[in-house]
Amino acid sequence: MDIFLQQLVNGLTLGSVYAIVALGYTMVYGIVQLINFAHGEVVMIGAMVAYTVISMLAATHLPPLAIVTIATLAAIPVCMTVGYLLERVAYRPLRRAPRLAPLITAIGLSIILQNLALLIWSRAPLPYPQVITTVSYSLTSHPNGATITNVQVAILVMSALMMTGLMLLIYRTKLGVAMRATAQNQSVAGLMGIDINRVIAITFAIGAGLAAVAGVMVGSYYGVAHYQMGFILGLKAFSAAVLGGIGNMAGAMLGGLLLGIIEALGAGYVGDLTNLCQLSHWFGAIAERCQTNPNLALFGSNYQDVFAFLVLIAVLVFRPSGLLGERVADRA
Amino acid sequence: MNVPQKLGLSLVAAALVTAYGCGKEEPKQAAAPAAAPATAAAPAAVTVTIGSAGPLTGGIAHLGKDNDNGVRLAIDQANEKHPKIGGKDVKFVVESEDDQADPKLGPTIAQKFADAKVSGVVGHLNSGVTIPASAVYNQAGIPMISGSATNPKLTEQGFKNIFRVVARDDQQGPAVAQYLESLKVKKVAIADDATAYGEGLANEVEKTLTAAGIKVVAREKTTDKATDFKAILTKMKGTAPDAVFYGGMDATGGPMLKQARELGIKAVFSFGDGACTAEMSKLAGTAAEGMVCSQAGLPVAAASKSFVTAFNAKYGEIQQYAPYTYDAANLLIAAMQKADSTDPAKYLPSLQSISFDGATGHIEFDDKGDRKNAEVTIFTLKDGKVVPVAVVKGGKAQSFDDFMKVADASAAPAPAAPAMAAPAPEPKK
Amino acid sequence: MTALLNLNRRRDPRLAWAGLAVMAIALLVLPFALAGIGTAWVRITNLAILYCFLALGLNIVVGFAGLLDLGYIAFYAVGAYVYALLASPHFNVHLPFWVILPIGAAFACLFGVLLGTPTLKLRGDYLAIVTLGFGEIIRIFLNNLSQPVNITNGAQGVYMIDPFRIGSFSFAKPEVIAGLSFSGPVKYYYILLAFLVASIVINLRLQDSRIGRAWEAIREDEVAARAMGINTRNMKLLAFAMGASFGGIAGGMFSAIQGFISPESFILVESIMVLSMVVLGGMGNVFGVVLGALLLSYIPEVLRYTVGPVQRAMFGRTLIDPEVIRMLLFGFALVLMMLFRPAGIWPSALRKRELESKAA
Repeated sequence: MDIFLQQLVNGLTLGSVYAIVALGYTMVYGIVQLINFAHGEVVMIGAMVAYTVISMLAATHLPPLAIVTIATLAAIPVCMTVGYLLERVAYRPLRRAPRLAPLITAIGLSIILQNLALLIWSRAPLPYPQVITTVSYSLTSHPNGATITNVQVAILVMSALMMTGLMLLIYRTKLGVAMRATAQNQSVAGLMGIDINRVIAITFAIGAGLAAVAGVMVGSYYGVAHYQMGFILGLKAFSAAVLGGIGNMAGAMLGGLLLGIIEALGAGYVGDLTNLCQLSHWFGAIAERCQTNPNLALFGSNYQDVFAFLVLIAVLVFRPSGLLGERVADRA
Repeated sequence: MNVPQKLGLSLVAAALVTAYGCGKEEPKQAAAPAAAPATAAAPAAVTVTIGSAGPLTGGIAHLGKDNDNGVRLAIDQANEKHPKIGGKDVKFVVESEDDQADPKLGPTIAQKFADAKVSGVVGHLNSGVTIPASAVYNQAGIPMISGSATNPKLTEQGFKNIFRVVARDDQQGPAVAQYLESLKVKKVAIADDATAYGEGLANEVEKTLTAAGIKVVAREKTTDKATDFKAILTKMKGTAPDAVFYGGMDATGGPMLKQARELGIKAVFSFGDGACTAEMSKLAGTAAEGMVCSQAGLPVAAASKSFVTAFNAKYGEIQQYAPYTYDAANLLIAAMQKADSTDPAKYLPSLQSISFDGATGHIEFDDKGDRKNAEVTIFTLKDGKVVPVAVVKGGKAQSFDDFMKVADASAAPAPAAPAMAAPAPEPKK
Repeated sequence: MTALLNLNRRRDPRLAWAGLAVMAIALLVLPFALAGIGTAWVRITNLAILYCFLALGLNIVVGFAGLLDLGYIAFYAVGAYVYALLASPHFNVHLPFWVILPIGAAFACLFGVLLGTPTLKLRGDYLAIVTLGFGEIIRIFLNNLSQPVNITNGAQGVYMIDPFRIGSFSFAKPEVIAGLSFSGPVKYYYILLAFLVASIVINLRLQDSRIGRAWEAIREDEVAARAMGINTRNMKLLAFAMGASFGGIAGGMFSAIQGFISPESFILVESIMVLSMVVLGGMGNVFGVVLGALLLSYIPEVLRYTVGPVQRAMFGRTLIDPEVIRMLLFGFALVLMMLFRPAGIWPSALRKRELESKAA
């Protein structure tokens, strides 16, 4: 039970990072029907910028929380600029082009951003300076049971705050109305006096800002930043967005949390579930091998990265609109 | 399609341009192997070219350059002695090629060396590149010694001219396992990064432990690009291991160690040579203190202080395998001098039967071309530095101090901690 | 080639024939010219031809049918592993290559259909991501299928793979035939060239066939295509299957030339590289794709001899690795091509019309 609880905590933390990144995908997709492939790289840039700032400030005697806050505040505008530039330079000219075009551009941008980051920050994994001392709190009565760290708590709280803030922005402000109108019908929204280009640019920027925070979270949670960290994270977050129903805010959050939990529990339990030694009773050959190797399993944690893709394919095949989405299947 | 002629013609043009484009490379190609083969008797000295291959660009370029520097140091030192082979003055020259750690480039690079008729090759760095390349060396009859390819298959192909001076995965793995055994651990959890290197090493550790009756309670896998290890670590924690072995590089080993301590896993963490670097303490912080790791051969400080001094003076810190490639180059030279010939066919037998004291200890080759009876040194991380604690030889772990007392008196000056430089890590092999 | 000739004859058949003859001779003599410089260049050319072959296969899926496949390298991997497992000491099976290559193609084709069937409904961007995921899944499986039963030998890879062999005639060994010395790579060059020419012919014929026109219709407007009576499902599956088969054959050849394969040869970057070749050269145009593949195959070799030395001469050390420059070139090629010349360097006439009118 302890182990299960611990995996759940791991999954939720990972999942809330996915959720924040997935929001960026979903917002952009909702408004321009474009998968911003380079979104994962924006997360990476956020982590890298924060790394630089934290390293510079680590020697000062500022309180740890202040250092991380400053780093985050530095990463957000940088990422927003990158997000805006992506939209302005690479996507806007292609808004009416066939769908292949912006997608190929996005892959190209992803490669460019990765290699620029490599040139700026080196190709080595960068160790995040540990300004915040990690403290573990026990979740169970007996020692050595499931724990949750202060960083995990911070990530969970921050994600909840950001999601609430975003919801308020979209459903309670004038900008939110404009965004929703643009998502529904660009030309009509334009006729109603909404500056479409501005709204789309702002959407990209907000998504990038969220990505920046996600980057700082990932960096401080795992303790490393690397120029290639964004790509696979982005793919998984995208899968989360699809799982929840792309274009749907609440869906992205739900999808993110679910995917995080699926990954953690999958890696933790798939080995036990597919343990062939359970079949020893029926198959002599298996029993023999289990004598020396009780961990003989059909699948193990080595398939951890497969889960996200399997979820993605399964959702697209069986329920293209995702868990919460009600968009037409033809979109997919 | 109303311009078909143009189409045909431009294809011809394209073909010609291609040919011309390659033709343009000619002077460079010809110029690069400045060495004419030994037959072209120059008035001053005969140049003997030794190839050095490894990734000089890309993710593990720092290791590739380190290997290259090891070769260059050996060659420079050899030239200072004004060697004579076959009655003639010879001058050794290094030709370095970049294989980008890309398996499909391995045979191409090997072919370049064969075209240039080099006398011997030191390389490559990764097993995945070395194995396909070795077939080409074999056909060209060029002796090749790798200073870092640990995959057992390399020397299992039956090629007579392929050697290595580094311990095979199935030599290093058992050594770590034997050391763990000497710590009297009962339950061990094993993980690897699903690369040829990490998996190969972890499998050997598992085999040895199981044979010794130590229980392997968990066998987990991650990838060489992962950052989240909490799921598999939590699973390991559930089995309450006394020790954990991870087959992988420091880039993933460091964060893994850090996350393990956060989860409250108190087991001893052990690693292979890929994570036996000072980088570990940067990536894992204080969590890295007390970790255990292994390196093939003797610590350079113990075997050859002079090498360390010379290398540091010329190229700075040793990254990882430079002592091995240094030895490999010296082996080629020694074999040529012994056979009194730079002709691969002639000096190959003397390379096979060589007995040599190098920067990484005593070297002899077995029939396959592997190092005979290789020592493996166990290190621990203390105050951010990797220091030797034990030497495993012939299946027995011996504390490093004891080993030094017994060892050759010539290595008398007690080894200062051989500070391994911090290689910016990434997967290798 | 024949398709080209059919068209050519309408203009001036003699000139076209002459052009072709010159080209054929140039291509036949090429390996000897290259071997004069260094046999390594023959090997590089062989890899370039292999990439041409791969790019042509991907062109069927992306260029002809307009389905963006980001996991194409998976089929290459399947073909390579089929060859490796059926012609190596791993299972101690040694079948001749003319038996294995069709098996490899069939296997890859099967995987193409496997991937195609569930994803038929998906369009454009979703398809791209799913194929990417598929490619990764295949690689992860190849990397891990050493447990519980050792099928692929996992990350360790399969080694000592047999070269192409007909009776006692081995493609890996040097030989003197009719006074000319043929090294292993030179022999492979000819067989690769033969495969490439065959695949170019197949591609050209496909493009002009009923199937090719059906693909074109689907690419332009799927709904309209269906309304015209085209069985879009079968046609899309066919595109996947054909593209995959090409990948499978290429993989088999790679396996034989290389002699050792492991999953690290089939990473995502390879998929993107092949895609860049197709995009750069001109989606849908057979000769454009070949040109793109040749360009991107030789560029790294050219960079190797230029970028490093030039930088060292200018700054005293290498500031930017050739490899980074190569990747940046790929990236910029993809972006700039889409922005300014969406139809590629050598666009197909129709594709150009389509892309440019819509991009207006």
